[in-house]
Amino acid sequence: MLREEDKIFKNLYGFDDWSLTGAKNRGIWSNTKEIIDKGSDFIVEEIKNSQLRGRGGAGFPAGLKWSFMPKDSGKPHYLVVNADESEPGTCKDREIMRNDPHLLLEGCLIAGFAMHANACYIYIRGEYYTEASNLQKAIDEAYENNLIGKNACGTNWNYDIYLHRGAGAYICGEETALLESLEGKKGQPRLKPPFPAGAGLYGCPTTVTNVETIAVAPTIIRRGAAWFSSLGRENNTGSKIFSISGHVNNPCNVEEEMGIGLKELIEKHAGGVIGGWDNLLAVIPGGASVPLLPKSICDTVKMDFDSLKEVQSGLGTAAVIVMNKSTDIVDAICRLSHFYKHESCGQCTPCREGTGWMFRMMEKMVKGSVQVNDIDKLLDVTKQIEGHTICALGDAAAWPIQGLMRHFRPEVERRIKEYQLGEVA
Amino acid sequence: MKHPGMINKVYNVSDEIFNWSQDNFKRAADIIKKYPDSRQQSAVIPLLDLAQRQNSGWLSKTAIEKVAETLSMSYIRVLEVATFYSMFNLEPVGENFVQICRTTPCWLRGSDKLVEVAKEVSNTKLGEISDDKKFTIVEVECLGACCNAPMVQINDDYYEDLDEVSFKKLLTNLKQSKETIKGSQIGRQTSHPQREKNA
Amino acid sequence: MPTITIDDKKVEFENGMTVMQACELAGAEIPRFCYHEKLSIAGNCRMCLVEMEKGPPKPVASCAMPAGDGMVIKTDSEMVKKARKGVMEFLLINHPLDCPICDQGGECDLQDQALHYGFDKSRYEENKRAVKNKHMGPLVSTIMTRCIHCTRCVRFSTEVAGVDDLGLLGRGENAEITTYLEKTIDSELSGNVIDLCPVGALTSKPYSFKSRPWELTKTETFDVFDGVGSSIRVDTRGKQVLRVLPRINEDTNEEWISDKTRFAIDGLSRQRLDKVYIKEGDKLKASDWNSALNKIKDEINKRGKDKTISLSGKFTDAETIIASKLFSQGLGSDLFDCRFDNAQIIHGENESYKFNSSIQEVEKADAILLVGSNPRWEASVLNARIRKAFIDNNCKVGLIGPSLDLNYSYDKISESLDELNNILDKKSKFSEVLFNAKNPLIIVGTSAINTNEGSSVLKICAEIAKKLPNFSESLNPLNILNQDISRVGSLELGFVNKIFDEDLEKKLKEEIALNKPVVFLLGLDEIHPRSLEGSFVVYCGHHGDVNAQHANIILPTPAYTEKSSTFMNIEGRTIQTSRCHNPLGDAKEEWKIFRVLSDLLNCNIEFNNLNDVRKKLINENNNFLAILEINNSSTLSFSSKEQIKNQNLSYNINNFYMNDSISRSSETMANCTNEILNKAKAS
Repeated sequence: MLREEDKIFKNLYGFDDWSLTGAKNRGIWSNTKEIIDKGSDFIVEEIKNSQLRGRGGAGFPAGLKWSFMPKDSGKPHYLVVNADESEPGTCKDREIMRNDPHLLLEGCLIAGFAMHANACYIYIRGEYYTEASNLQKAIDEAYENNLIGKNACGTNWNYDIYLHRGAGAYICGEETALLESLEGKKGQPRLKPPFPAGAGLYGCPTTVTNVETIAVAPTIIRRGAAWFSSLGRENNTGSKIFSISGHVNNPCNVEEEMGIGLKELIEKHAGGVIGGWDNLLAVIPGGASVPLLPKSICDTVKMDFDSLKEVQSGLGTAAVIVMNKSTDIVDAICRLSHFYKHESCGQCTPCREGTGWMFRMMEKMVKGSVQVNDIDKLLDVTKQIEGHTICALGDAAAWPIQGLMRHFRPEVERRIKEYQLGEVA
Repeated sequence: MKHPGMINKVYNVSDEIFNWSQDNFKRAADIIKKYPDSRQQSAVIPLLDLAQRQNSGWLSKTAIEKVAETLSMSYIRVLEVATFYSMFNLEPVGENFVQICRTTPCWLRGSDKLVEVAKEVSNTKLGEISDDKKFTIVEVECLGACCNAPMVQINDDYYEDLDEVSFKKLLTNLKQSKETIKGSQIGRQTSHPQREKNA
Repeated sequence: MPTITIDDKKVEFENGMTVMQACELAGAEIPRFCYHEKLSIAGNCRMCLVEMEKGPPKPVASCAMPAGDGMVIKTDSEMVKKARKGVMEFLLINHPLDCPICDQGGECDLQDQALHYGFDKSRYEENKRAVKNKHMGPLVSTIMTRCIHCTRCVRFSTEVAGVDDLGLLGRGENAEITTYLEKTIDSELSGNVIDLCPVGALTSKPYSFKSRPWELTKTETFDVFDGVGSSIRVDTRGKQVLRVLPRINEDTNEEWISDKTRFAIDGLSRQRLDKVYIKEGDKLKASDWNSALNKIKDEINKRGKDKTISLSGKFTDAETIIASKLFSQGLGSDLFDCRFDNAQIIHGENESYKFNSSIQEVEKADAILLVGSNPRWEASVLNARIRKAFIDNNCKVGLIGPSLDLNYSYDKISESLDELNNILDKKSKFSEVLFNAKNPLIIVGTSAINTNEGSSVLKICAEIAKKLPNFSESLNPLNILNQDISRVGSLELGFVNKIFDEDLEKKLKEEIALNKPVVFLLGLDEIHPRSLEGSFVVYCGHHGDVNAQHANIILPTPAYTEKSSTFMNIEGRTIQTSRCHNPLGDAKEEWKIFRVLSDLLNCNIEFNNLNDVRKKLINENNNFLAILEINNSSTLSFSSKEQIKNQNLSYNINNFYMNDSISRSSETMANCTNEILNKAKAS
């Protein structure tokens, strides 16, 4: 269990003052100039050594990603912070932005400086009104106190941070769709290559990074890569905010050490499964797009990237959706299928056409009004989408269904038989 | 799932004209300054949002065209954006635009009961304006407050940790134009595990 | 050169190529819907997926992936087959299987590819999506349920046509293509979206339910509605021209044609002159060839052989010109001309009437000076190249002339031609742009040279051109943009007389007043009938337009789809059209008419068939020998510094859609005039 002194998010719940005064009391902006004076190479190297992996879902090594930014491109460089938190189950960045916005802003300066960027756009989902409002006030405070702007923190580095609100589109959490949206277009993902580090926002070198990844950076630099990597395990280091929702007694966000057992996480922080651990049916461990896990796996699985990958799921955004035995598991996944149908950008064929098809088949699976071999047809359709689209939304739509059938096929078959019997009767 | 933000058609009101209010004209100019020169198109989402706020929560034909003209964009490009993003309503909405999250984490904690409550209190179908113009009720996908499920968004504000009773009370208060408490309806501090503040 | 392995076959490729292009080099066909060579890459249909060894564990979109040295690509592996089959199935689940009533049937990409890559039966048991049709104007018909969202039409209109009218609204499975509030597409290139649409979502409105592709006779030929001479294919059934499609020709039209080229064809079967007519009293009465030709013989003999005047029109082919010229000369007359619009030339200098730089050169331009020209209307497909230059090279366009609605931004320098003096003297705001550019071009429209100062305008433009950095022996940046397909060929054949230099109609009136001669109008409707009063008018043409009604004798001749003709396009490129179907009614080629008249009048014309006529052409000017080629040598020896007087110009074309005897007879073009031009004027 994460020790109190190892927690990065000291005001995760907003008990303390979120404004600059409170932030300074928590040590934010304390020696930012010193950190920047160590140079961009030092910062990138330190993040690499910490083995921090991106907190937005894909888990790509953060330091490596930052190092892709060219040294001298002759063009403006941009840091774009992905605050379009929309993955069902996930509500962690929200807490950072409304309760500790300066933690994020300091991270923006340090990470942006490390990427040779003089400007940063924070793209926040449009529905987060309070969060945007707090964040904007924090940005204004930071400008007023010369923490950002011209000669930010007295470092001779000019740095602007702009807040940009989205308007309701899950797909804008995909980095290139986010860039399109930021350029004033529909949020349709771009073809890669070119990658954002080469040609991103306005065709300039750009790194798009999740809020939490940026927010943990200053603490990692301050306390050292060794400290961070001493938490968790090799390649799955540090601490992380887990969002625990669904059938638990106390749904909550909590910062914990990577690799904590799922059962421990739920029981220690979320008051346990409603009806007790034995009443657990399944858990979606990393946000809507990762395959669910049945109780048998949940009993022992550890919450980190590699452990969850081993059980054919993923850590994703570490959004733990808990479902107890009262759950209609087929409907639970069907709702996710509806979500992906609703959020498909419509650009490429398999996703535009396939998400609707999958949802409609899932709707029938809920009732059982299909044939047993339709399950294979549905799985075949998921396979026809997976890997065939421009972005990962197609994959994300396919995986929950694959997970359902992997672990709960007998339940679906049971419904089909029941429905057929009902029809006969 | 009828939703004024998910339609592709411009709602036609004859003779309506949209012009920026003085304040919003200035705000628009400030927003455009956030983006590099000749990149004013970046401001299309913020400006549509501004126009929607000025226009009682929806975008009319002339509002869309005004945004296009302000940013030197063609009408069709702005309409593409307005129809792509779910927060832009292309039809008028009630005074309280109630968005009930229907996605799995909220559903697991009873969001479909909230839908029934909302229909009952507003006495209207989903996606339509209630007779007293107080409500438009819609179901939406995940609003990103899953640890405080079930939750709804009403205009700009989140109302969380709801149940049938508290939601009914909330909507009744809104119907009677009474003050409401925003955020958690059980007095919880944000997404802290403790359900009650001073437990 | 870098190499790439495609299906175990090694091929060399050029840097910058995509995997799809490399696959084509290797002879591996890649199916596609959204990809189009002339448009930006969308990569959205996912049909072109191929397997890349040592790449990601999923197939890649070959249209968008840059080819790399040493890459190993598989286009027929299990992974690829499965991906294609899957994409095909997704495209079809919501596509109505209404091929039997779809105009695209038989030439549909979706149909063809479904045959190759699709399942043999449908697994889709849900309701199919229905999408409301959209109004897009008088030319493009929509059946939007068939749309597969490839966005070719959106990209074409935005990128090539330069009108931001089309868009993809909404998202996900509700995404739909439309124009803003279903307005008409305001582009003279709009019909190209019909060709680009890989399915039957956008089809030709005038061609709706007219025919099936396999019932049509397809003839490759050239367009005559402007000076470009676009490569086209004419589809006919019997004597009816049912549609015109572009052929690819990188020299001229790339693969676009204008809406007039495509849609004015219904004019070919309306208002036609299909019989010989002789005026009796003030009524034209149907007659026969013998009577008419003999009557002409008598009139010529009576009115004076050597006074006979011949004037050509917009569609007059080189065969007619040479036959007419030889006939006139046989009569002892040199009173012939083709410059009904008074456009000036410098005699003996073909650089004074040609588009010298070549059309291809336009897309390289980084500065263009437009002098009295509206290229959007005068040569729409050439204008698409200017737009390309504007987009790709940030080409600066300057205009001397009244404001225009162009689909690129331009700098209006002046309304008056005397600005040319300032440009030459580097006193104009555009001088710096023009002289500092790397590939500047000057485009002079006939509206700038149709006054008595025209030759001065030509000379000073030549003087400016000579001072441009790219002027060389092989490149002449001075371009004259003639509007008609007939003009350059006629000038090359010397179908001019200096007495008509200044004002053709004025001189014509004088000649008629003096001699009351026989006047041959070779399809000429662009001069006022009053100018002909007192003469004996023989109208040779195919449409009962303005001047036919005032003729004394009408001789029906075939329209451009009904005979094989030679033209020179604006660049001086010789093109030969093909006969697509038999002439309507009693029409006869002009050269045959002159051959018979020559016998009747003892003019001694020495040709007996089309081949003989063409030999005469080459005899007269051997530039006609080189089919489809152009001669780029330049001297501009007529250049000189002239003082141009302050003179405002006005454009000599006021309706793009109805600007000649064929398009004036076209109902479709009349609809366009009402729906597009008149609406624009009203708003």
